[in-house]
Amino acid sequence: MNAFSVLSAVVQRDLLVALRRKSEVLTTLFFFVIVVSLFPLGIGPEMDLLRKIAPGVLWVAALLATMLSLNRLFAADHADGTLEQMALAPVPLGLLVTGKVVAHWLVSGLPLVLIAPLLGLQFDLAPRALTVLMISLLLGTPLLSLIGAIGAALTLGVRGGGVLVSLLTLPLYIPALIFGAGAVEADISGLGAAGHLSLLAALLALAAFFAPWATTAALRIALE
Amino acid sequence: MNWNSPAEFFAMGGYGFYVWGSFGVTTLALLIEPLLIGKRQSEAVKSLQRELSAKERSQ
Amino acid sequence: MRMLTWKYASPQYFYPLAGKMIPWFAALAVLFGVSGLWLGFFVAPTDAQQGEGYRIIFIHVGASWMSMFIYLVMAFWASIGLSFNTRLSSMMASALAPTGAMFAFLSLWTGALWGKPMWGTWWVWDARLTSELILLFLYLGFIALQAAIDEPRRADKAGAILALVGVVNVPIIYFSVKWWNTLHQGASVSLTQAPSMAKTMLLGMLMMALCFWMYSIAVALARVRAIMLERERNSEWVTQLKEVQS
Repeated sequence: MNAFSVLSAVVQRDLLVALRRKSEVLTTLFFFVIVVSLFPLGIGPEMDLLRKIAPGVLWVAALLATMLSLNRLFAADHADGTLEQMALAPVPLGLLVTGKVVAHWLVSGLPLVLIAPLLGLQFDLAPRALTVLMISLLLGTPLLSLIGAIGAALTLGVRGGGVLVSLLTLPLYIPALIFGAGAVEADISGLGAAGHLSLLAALLALAAFFAPWATTAALRIALE
Repeated sequence: MNWNSPAEFFAMGGYGFYVWGSFGVTTLALLIEPLLIGKRQSEAVKSLQRELSAKERSQ
Repeated sequence: MRMLTWKYASPQYFYPLAGKMIPWFAALAVLFGVSGLWLGFFVAPTDAQQGEGYRIIFIHVGASWMSMFIYLVMAFWASIGLSFNTRLSSMMASALAPTGAMFAFLSLWTGALWGKPMWGTWWVWDARLTSELILLFLYLGFIALQAAIDEPRRADKAGAILALVGVVNVPIIYFSVKWWNTLHQGASVSLTQAPSMAKTMLLGMLMMALCFWMYSIAVALARVRAIMLERERNSEWVTQLKEVQS
């Protein structure tokens, strides 16, 4: 088996599992929608203000929604022993981990990207800003899944893991938040989002290289 | 010498609250931390002693 | 030499050695602290722009340096513990974390007390203060992760990976916060860039930083001793200790 077929096999399997538990996937999405909709209620309906806070609100909500779904990443496979089988498998564990992260992004990151413009409309964002928002989330949410996987692996089977994972990963999410929300803001203020987006892409490339490696090491420790 | 009287020293040219607030909390933190470690150390020793004497009694 | 290093890398030999080293480092800390305070309060002149309020930097700068430096040292020991499987290095990393977190807190506290009279507010989202806050979060994450794992070796290794991921991230975070700050027209006054820093001011700052450094070594050694006793409670050498026997 070559690397790509292993990767796609893992992705397909995880997607199939996720399809059987649709409600969990939808919960993340609803969480995102509800959190974003709460802000106008808390702050007031002035459109000028809402337009200004929209990038930050949408991005922070995306961070929180991704974080909520992190516990699912390895927990089920850990509970039924699949993860241990994966660690013993003749294919590199890093490859399997990458596959699981890709599946996690497809299930809990991609829907956020797709629904974000709809929520952006509630904040009266211009069409161009909506496009930039989508691009920034498209680059940013895989980054969140990759970094989050490290936190999920570190807290696997640890008591209070759900809260702990937020304490560990949220500080690491800050650069993604700054460049992601910054891209939309820069576009709105006419500065151009290219700089922010290319930095976000650079971070994604960096994380794609290092994060699976760190996640694999953390998983091996958890499985010892 | 910067100060003509103790009162002037404590007033810090009107910044007394901020300067002494910084130095006070820092001093406090640097004093409390060693105390806490001392407590942790003596607790560790005590629990080891208890364990040891329990072992001796059971023998 | 090599043999000697290996000998003291085991808790059994390091425990008494650390006990002998602590008073020396503590004495050095007091020495540097007293001279730093004397320089800071009685020799260094009043700042032309900030009046006497600038004297906060004597501890603020040292605390900030230590908070960053300790994180690096902590990550170094954690990675040594991870790659060579040496228990002592991992214990050293755990012993350093609370002290580092304390210095990060002190840096924020003194920064806020400096900011109120100088900037007019307790908190400014300045790049340095914000990064320091995030550093505090990273410390708290490390401490919380290790506290949540019961098995010591797993706690060591998981903490090491987190510390290493944190070390890779710290420059990225600092750069991104700085970028964010310049885009939002943040405060341009910086605590360390006081204009025309007098030589005595610099020397006082250095003395205080050395005081914090020596203090950190003494405290970390003391804490690592306590950790050794807690972790190695079942080994022979612990039960043979004088303080346990009596």
